[in-house]
Amino acid sequence: MALDTAPDNASGNGRAADAPPPLDSVPKVSPGRRKLRPYLLAVPAVVLCVGILYPFFVGVGYTFYNFSAANPDPMWVGFKNFADVVTSAPFWNSVRVTGLFAVVATSVETVLGVGVALLLYRSSLLGKIFERILIVPLMIAPILAAIMWKLLLLPEVGWVRPILGWFGVTGYTGTDSPFWAFFWSVVVDAWIYTPFVAIIALAGLRSLPNSPFEAAAVDGANWWLTFRRLTLPMLWPYLLVAVIFRLMDSLKMFDIIFGLTTGGPGDSTTTLQINAYLEAITYARYSRGITYMVLLWVFVYVVSMFAVKYLRKVQARSAGV
Amino acid sequence: MSQKTVQTDIRRRKAWSGLFANLGLVAYFAFSLLPVLFILALSLKADADQTTTYLWFTPTLSNYETVLGLDDGGGTYIRFFMASLATSVGAVLVSLVIGVPAAYAAARYRFTGSDNLMFTLLSFRFAPELLVIIPLAVLYQQLGLYDTIVGMIWVLQLVTMPLVVWILRSFFQDFPAELEEAALLDGYSRRQAFFSVVLPLVRPGIAAVCLLAFIFAWNNFIFPFTLTSANAQTVTVSSLAWLGGNQVKFNLVAAGAVMAALPPLVLALFIQRYLVRGLSFGAVKG
Repeated sequence: MALDTAPDNASGNGRAADAPPPLDSVPKVSPGRRKLRPYLLAVPAVVLCVGILYPFFVGVGYTFYNFSAANPDPMWVGFKNFADVVTSAPFWNSVRVTGLFAVVATSVETVLGVGVALLLYRSSLLGKIFERILIVPLMIAPILAAIMWKLLLLPEVGWVRPILGWFGVTGYTGTDSPFWAFFWSVVVDAWIYTPFVAIIALAGLRSLPNSPFEAAAVDGANWWLTFRRLTLPMLWPYLLVAVIFRLMDSLKMFDIIFGLTTGGPGDSTTTLQINAYLEAITYARYSRGITYMVLLWVFVYVVSMFAVKYLRKVQARSAGV
Repeated sequence: MSQKTVQTDIRRRKAWSGLFANLGLVAYFAFSLLPVLFILALSLKADADQTTTYLWFTPTLSNYETVLGLDDGGGTYIRFFMASLATSVGAVLVSLVIGVPAAYAAARYRFTGSDNLMFTLLSFRFAPELLVIIPLAVLYQQLGLYDTIVGMIWVLQLVTMPLVVWILRSFFQDFPAELEEAALLDGYSRRQAFFSVVLPLVRPGIAAVCLLAFIFAWNNFIFPFTLTSANAQTVTVSSLAWLGGNQVKFNLVAAGAVMAALPPLVLALFIQRYLVRGLSFGAVKG
């Protein structure tokens, strides 16, 4: 119940029979101020939002100019930047890379995360120890994780080549080819963020009621049927939170790929934000770079609106509303 | 089949599935700890061993001495460390001072625009960073905020603010309103009730949120990488410097990465209890 209805309760319905509050000690607050209170509390946050939204709008404004280091006195060019970007091959390549990366990485992390959570949920002694160290990759800065993996994957330094050698794999070249660069980027992302999905899935598993599972066991349902028809649907509201976070985050992937491959070889791992970095910072074409980001932002915003709407529906359904 | 054989059958199946579960866990955690062990080993290798993959070597701490700058009095590392500390602590404090009232208002009152405010804050979390960085880089040059602690604290609000407000709102929503009403009936003012009833009870949660926000601020890369150069450069960014130069010394890169990753890892030990809620922005109450 929202507290702002409390004064009405005290004087009108419900609380009327109770002893009245010690009126002399209750500070006098005018109704006007009471109404204003939440706004006053939120004012600093709104000011901060404005402080952050100001550069954002300035940035959106840049997309209509030809602002770059070579051209410090920008001119109004209308929608030329957008037209240039959406007709350029590098843009569509990075859209493809970003989309593929987001979908593959999120799927891998979700499946693996649920698997790890199910294994930890059995809570053997081993599981208890592992649960403690599960979050280690998550607490290492992604850029440092990428550097660690970069060294681990280097044929002359890292352990991956000798380990693959044990299994008879020869001709390992690290992240030199487009496919393997993408593959290892997904592996590093999964290394960091599988624990994120696992932690949320584990919390979900632990909060599920026992009785449906007992009923299923009495009815003789096997493991797979129980998992598919009971565990997964009941876990979905939790899992969805993790999936949405991972999807949104991997759409703006920067740190890991920047540290691991810097977008290469060629443009095989150039995500949208890496491309925007190259345009805006490396080549100092500010307007062009920010056009990429505005397009990505619009896409992320639309996706997140639908995702949150869907999440609310799922959560409401699971709460039995 | 008799009752007895069914039971032993079930028991045997349980033993097998337990074994497979443990094997699965071992496999995953081998994968999970492999890079960490590798980087620790590499960071202890001498220059002569740095391009070998063997585990058989004489460990040395000289890389850490170089990274910490012990030969030049430790000045460089301490400077980066202090910059990291100042920006992260500053960002968390600003978020806390601004975020606690906003989170409380959003949890306790229904007011026009409260949802908009919350979702604007959340959208900061999901906005591509460069969208803000490019105009900010220009703006900071004009305002003289480029490469300063203050500039970093401002931009890190994008990281810490949504986290603090969303998680604290969920804490305040869980806090029973009746307790607060009781305090009001006892003659407390709203402010007194908040500071002497609500705040002490949500304090552990707030502490955990602060730690988590601190870790994310510390671990952030793209903001300090693009908006600082020397004065306000953080540990995380400065550890990349070992990758540069003509001859990359991998053992130094490893030692630098370890030193930059260590502080958040140590702090993470203290937030286990509120981790789920923290990581999911209060959407999942673990």
